[in-house]
Amino acid sequence: MNAVFLISAGLSVMTTLLAITRTNPVHGLLFMVLSLLSMAGVFFSLGAPFAAALEVIIYAGAIMVLFLFVVMMLSLDKSSEKRERSWMSGKIWLVPVALACVLATEFGYVVMHTGPSSEPAHVIDAQMVGASMLTTYLPAVELASMLLMAALFAAYHLGRVTEPVARNKGAP
Amino acid sequence: MVEILIDIGISVALLLSIVTLAAFLTFVERRLLGFWQDRLGPNRVGWEGSLQVVADMIKIFFKQDWTPSFVEPVIFVLAPAIVLVTVLLAFAVLPLTPGIGIAGHLNIGVLFFLGMTSLTVYGVVLAGWASNSKFALIGGMRAAAQMISYEVFMGLALIGVVMQSGSFDLVKIVEAQRHLWFVVPQFFGFIMFLIAGIAEAHRLPFDLPEGENELGAGFHTEYSSMKFGMFFVGEYASIVLISSITVILFFGGWNGPFLPPIFWFMLKISLFIGFFILLRAALPRPRYDQLMSYGWKLMLPLSIINVAVTGALILSVPA
Repeated sequence: MNAVFLISAGLSVMTTLLAITRTNPVHGLLFMVLSLLSMAGVFFSLGAPFAAALEVIIYAGAIMVLFLFVVMMLSLDKSSEKRERSWMSGKIWLVPVALACVLATEFGYVVMHTGPSSEPAHVIDAQMVGASMLTTYLPAVELASMLLMAALFAAYHLGRVTEPVARNKGAP
Repeated sequence: MVEILIDIGISVALLLSIVTLAAFLTFVERRLLGFWQDRLGPNRVGWEGSLQVVADMIKIFFKQDWTPSFVEPVIFVLAPAIVLVTVLLAFAVLPLTPGIGIAGHLNIGVLFFLGMTSLTVYGVVLAGWASNSKFALIGGMRAAAQMISYEVFMGLALIGVVMQSGSFDLVKIVEAQRHLWFVVPQFFGFIMFLIAGIAEAHRLPFDLPEGENELGAGFHTEYSSMKFGMFFVGEYASIVLISSITVILFFGGWNGPFLPPIFWFMLKISLFIGFFILLRAALPRPRYDQLMSYGWKLMLPLSIINVAVTGALILSVPA
């Protein structure tokens, strides 16, 4: 399991870096999908197979497809790639790199003081996740459902038909 | 060491037999369609046309593998591979019999299957985008919208089975059906799962991403030779996949009297594959907006009701 963890953790760091630096939006998105899939590998090796499955189904399989859908509709071409490349040069990197350094220092400190735990303490299955969702974390679930409800209303409001649309004559 | 070798042997044998079966289905489908539509179908190569697959293979391998100049080269090549690989990976969790299967006891088996089917979308969508032509792009967009919508209630439809068997483990689900197949208590779940499965495999009547009368060949318009062949084999492999998972979840998997388990499994999945082909012969294709509103306005509420009723019954009837 340790080897699985190291491989998928390494992959996820690498693909995330590539996702940030690619100038072609679809290539970037695909590297992000790979990063999410390797995160699923990390979760699995840490003894959380349910979280791993959800990572694949929801993040990689649904949300990223919607991202891809939008990018496809924007029909970005070579000029947008060039613009992207011009944005990603020089001073623009300073602040993000500094922030990432702070995070890396913090992360290194934590790892040095706790030491890596090689074996998963115990496997957390779907039943345990479901039970804690509806007991310990009930307020969080309720808040999330309220948020989703609000989003649903917003989508309904945006998508409503105010006046009858005239039928296109040429339509089949 | 020996166990690992046996596992590898089973995996390789399974992969080869699935790909061969999928290729052979291209012939079976055309022949059956011929019978049902009162014509002959391919009947010249070999006995009753049984070597047609070999002829097709020779043809498709030796055709020029042409990559158009306007496509996005890397993703264009990657897309058919994604389709085939994700479909074949999903077979890893299917227990064909108690002994044959790669990871039948995986404790998230059902979720693994759902994850792999949701990744199949990428192959189709990227093929549409990378082809850089209008028909292919429209096909890819249709595929993205259709497959995401139908995935939602595909998951909800089989939650009833998971609730009744109390596990995501496919072996346990089959063992829970020793006395009564889940198609009886979960009849609505079965119907909805089958409809979602047809849409996920984008087979007729839900093959809007291809829609040859309006989109050329849809998302694979620009593909030729074996790259097209991989989409083709991937589609038939996903028919085999959906048939197998339906049998495992709703029709008792390998359970059956007298005869060996593998025979029962093969018999059941052949019936479902035949049913898939019959659907193609029998049903016309809906319009795209009809397909979407059918999914979201009818199937989704029904599947949620199914989950609620199943839960209420399990709670009210003490086991």
